[in-house]
Amino acid sequence: MSQKKIRVLVAKPGLDGHDRGAKTVASVLRDHGMEVIYTGLHQTPEMIAETAMQEDVDVVGLSILSGAHMSLFPRVRSELEKRGLGNVLLVGGGIIPGDDMKSLEAQGYAKLFGPGTNTDEIARYIQAEMERRWKLEGA
Amino acid sequence: MSKSKSPVEHFDPRMEWEQLMASAKLRDVEFTSLSGSKLKAMYGPEDAPLELGRDLGYPGQFPFTRGVHPSMYRGRLWTMRQFAGFGSARQTNERFKFLLAHGQTGLSTAFDFPTLMGYDSDHDRSLGEVGQVGVAISSLADMELLFDGIPLADVSTSMTINGPAPIMLGFYIACGERQGVDPAKLRGTIQNDILKEYQAQHAWLVPVEPALRMITDVMGYCARRAPQFNTISISGYHIREAGSTAAQELAFTLANGMEYVRRGMAAGLDVDDFAPRLSFFFDSHLDFFEEIAKFRAARRIWARHMKERVGARDPRSWMLRFHTQTAGVSLTAQQPENNIVRTAFEALAAVLGGTQSLHTNSMDETLSLPTEKAVKIALRTQQIIAEEIEVAHVIDPLAGSYFVEAQTNRLEEEAMKYFAEIERRGGVVAATEDGWIQREIHRSAVLYQRAIEQQEKQIVGVNCYREDENGPTIELHRIDPAVEREQHARLADLRKRRDAKRAKVALDDVRDAARGSDNLLERFVAAAHADCTLGEIADCLREVYGEYKEPKIL
Repeated sequence: MSQKKIRVLVAKPGLDGHDRGAKTVASVLRDHGMEVIYTGLHQTPEMIAETAMQEDVDVVGLSILSGAHMSLFPRVRSELEKRGLGNVLLVGGGIIPGDDMKSLEAQGYAKLFGPGTNTDEIARYIQAEMERRWKLEGA
Repeated sequence: MSKSKSPVEHFDPRMEWEQLMASAKLRDVEFTSLSGSKLKAMYGPEDAPLELGRDLGYPGQFPFTRGVHPSMYRGRLWTMRQFAGFGSARQTNERFKFLLAHGQTGLSTAFDFPTLMGYDSDHDRSLGEVGQVGVAISSLADMELLFDGIPLADVSTSMTINGPAPIMLGFYIACGERQGVDPAKLRGTIQNDILKEYQAQHAWLVPVEPALRMITDVMGYCARRAPQFNTISISGYHIREAGSTAAQELAFTLANGMEYVRRGMAAGLDVDDFAPRLSFFFDSHLDFFEEIAKFRAARRIWARHMKERVGARDPRSWMLRFHTQTAGVSLTAQQPENNIVRTAFEALAAVLGGTQSLHTNSMDETLSLPTEKAVKIALRTQQIIAEEIEVAHVIDPLAGSYFVEAQTNRLEEEAMKYFAEIERRGGVVAATEDGWIQREIHRSAVLYQRAIEQQEKQIVGVNCYREDENGPTIELHRIDPAVEREQHARLADLRKRRDAKRAKVALDDVRDAARGSDNLLERFVAAAHADCTLGEIADCLREVYGEYKEPKIL
């Protein structure tokens, strides 16, 4: 089972050009042995979901520093569901006030990581969550 | 007993100190600069070889290491210029007036992402982003509202926009004309630095070559019509914030500046007609001395380049004048009040480095746009530096410090190595189009993140002195979603009431100039007066030039 590589799409939705965080996390996840695809900038929710489908990813990570998180997380989630990808693990981060993080998590849109998060913590979360899911599927 | 006398006779204080240092127990930390440069425990004259006339000069004299003005802050303090913009033009206008009322001395406009990318507020791609990270400006009508009650002849205004910068400058010039102000009286700065957009900040409009052509159009127009306006703010800020080291910030920014000069001259402009209106914009990060040295090195490198390599004759063409912003990336979401302290140190470095204007970040900016209270503390921080701590009385007070001079020399040398590498790669445009500069910045960002996570660099509240956090401890600024709906209504109304034929003609003129060689800024001013929107004008450019496609970085 440890042979199977986790496939992650790191995406920048919206018009936001701040990609330092997205690219840093992408590099770290790669160092943790995951297959990482980076979308590049200025992606619409539709483009992200399309890429997620074509690349057959297990995880989609969104980085949003534009303040548009309350609109973008639900839209990406809904585009994924439209394509039958409702089970993709959605994670994210950026400049997101704590209350919004809690609200997005409580509504089940995504697991969120705030500024200052250790990148290993993100990698460990994804690994543990995917192992749990694969175990469930296998059972 | 005769033995006991000799060590006293041959006492060598340096050797004595070195021996003591070698046997001393040192703290278990990395003694490196924030950019990872190894630091000695002490610096002496041998570390800072200087020829005073050649390397330092006097303030206001070549090579301007000590500052661009003879009197520096004894003549005039730096401009306190807080970057502001959010929501609607009306809301930002109120924030501008609030800042002016509290002693701010210049304006600085932040635009939202749709505006920065050349989309109107009612474009599909603008959904959810209108007014979020800056103010939404889609037309001359919005611009007039933004500066309502603020006479453009009396304030200097900075506008942080790049891809559509020439269009926005058209709105600003038209706005001045509506107020009865001739462009010749306008003072301010348009960022208009497209190269660093491709490299770091990523809000572009069209591919590199047409974007550079628009920049030379702006330089040409302003040399003739708006000679007090700074036509480009060549910006290292975003390069640094994207993860570069201090030396990379210095090198890539100045390399971009050199390219703009080359382009202006290639377009047939006299260098001394446009170079005095080029200004710069740097980051002030956490490493106090490295940053001061960076500012000093920047002035010296630019002066030497412009005088000795370009052959500019007007001393104003040799002077590197710059704005500084404290480092947004140094702020922490954890224990946000601590950001006030970080910002104060960074601001002090900018002042000791001789900045011409300064923005101090607010403590809450890792969480949202700043509240009025947070912005006021940030402005007061500058006022405390200016008025209370007596640092503005003496020009370039750290000159002659062995350490600061050694760091200044080191940064200049590192920048020169980068210039050679960029030249080897075919110049800054080629090195950007193939993604090399972007990858260099990314590599440094990853190294810095690793240094923090491996505790080589300590960040209070993040990897040391942590506390259990229970949500934000400070009040946050929220953008009202109604702004987006209001903007839609304003645009619908504008399109209904304007002279449709006149607008169409103005847009056709923009297309023609884009295909030909007439000055585009003149056409943008005319289109602004015809109530064409930002998105409509930008669409003409996208139609003629296509869109920029970023190279693969990872």
